[in-house]
Amino acid sequence: MNVLDFARAFFSDGAHWHGYDGIPTRFAEHVGYSLEALVIAAAIGLPVGLVTGHYGRGGNTLALIATAGRALPSFGLLVLMVIWLGLGMLPVMIPLVVLAVPPILVTTYEAVRSVDPSPVDAARGMGMPEARVLFQVELPVALPLIYSGLRTAAIQIVSTATIAAYVSLGGIGRYIIDGLYQKDYEKVVGGATLVAALALVTLAVFWAVSRLTVSPGVRRSG
Amino acid sequence: MSGFFDLPSDLQHSYLGLVGLHLREALLPVLAGLIVSLPVAQLCVRFRWIYPPVLGVTTVLYAIPSLAFFVVLIDYFGQSETTVMVPLALYSLVVLVPAIVDGVRSVPPETLAAAQAMGFGPVRRYLQVQLPIAVPAIIAGLRVATVSSISLVSVGMLIGNQGALGNMLYDAQTYERSALAVNSVLTIGVLGVLADGVLVLVRLLLTPWMPRKGAGR
Repeated sequence: MNVLDFARAFFSDGAHWHGYDGIPTRFAEHVGYSLEALVIAAAIGLPVGLVTGHYGRGGNTLALIATAGRALPSFGLLVLMVIWLGLGMLPVMIPLVVLAVPPILVTTYEAVRSVDPSPVDAARGMGMPEARVLFQVELPVALPLIYSGLRTAAIQIVSTATIAAYVSLGGIGRYIIDGLYQKDYEKVVGGATLVAALALVTLAVFWAVSRLTVSPGVRRSG
Repeated sequence: MSGFFDLPSDLQHSYLGLVGLHLREALLPVLAGLIVSLPVAQLCVRFRWIYPPVLGVTTVLYAIPSLAFFVVLIDYFGQSETTVMVPLALYSLVVLVPAIVDGVRSVPPETLAAAQAMGFGPVRRYLQVQLPIAVPAIIAGLRVATVSSISLVSVGMLIGNQGALGNMLYDAQTYERSALAVNSVLTIGVLGVLADGVLVLVRLLLTPWMPRKGAGR
């Protein structure tokens, strides 16, 4: 049997579509964890990236923080947090947020910093206060790049949120971890397929959001 | 009590032994990824239509969680280091191919024309003009690939203790010695930052023509 057979067997088994261990439930749980982590990471990364990018300072510090965040192993962090804090949502959120903040932070900083200076100077010359320069000039131009940072973070979260199952929570990772211990490759392959599908959905959502919110003028030049 | 760097004997390695094992398991895949991605990227530059599908395939591969990848590969390679290294090599492709393509494409056409006018053939032009100019972009990709590879090896613990430093996490749980988990996480983090630093140094050595100001990025 090859991987495709396993996947077909998994998805054609009716038992996988119902109940607390059914695909709809696990999928919804996974989306829930991922969204929560992404929102928290964005709430940290976006404001800091916008402000530092606007003033063009602290790039080296941010790069250092980003490298450190990337270097910390998500899985190790999860185990450590479970040992320290016990089972629950918090020990799962901490590694996911640590994973997602660096791409958001660094891309946002780069995006705002690399905005063409002439419209920014023009806005200042028109007497716009700094906050309006940031939100009405720099932000719309930087938006496509900011989205690409959020997208990278979201894909990484979706793929890594599977580790939540290792500490007794749900999500699609349930199938992968359970399949590993039950030596049930059908489940593992099914779970992996679901995560990859969710990642593709994430890509599609980001494409749609950027179609809707990026100004046509910016889109054409970018 | 035992010291911070004294490991339980079931790990079958000293602390430094685990560090060595970890580096090998993390760096060999990146090297393999680099060797594969150079020709792939060159193909993508030569034949533009290949690039979008290649990018699509690698993005989907990247979305597959490392653990699922490991477990599926157990069927082919057993619970071995190879099972851990194959997915890591594939992940590094995802980062390296676009980095190299962007780097090689960023070479100005005048430079290429000048090389051609000097009588450079395609091979020499690639090795002596395009590749050196693409070095900063390639190293930027290598930094991301290397650091994430070092941190992902630890997941290998779940498939029969193939996670090098990550194996300490299992012992930390079973023996309730949280210091082991702290040690594992910190050591992996420090290794990642050090590897990143080494790559920055390599870039500085390889690109003496670049302006030194803002060398951090």
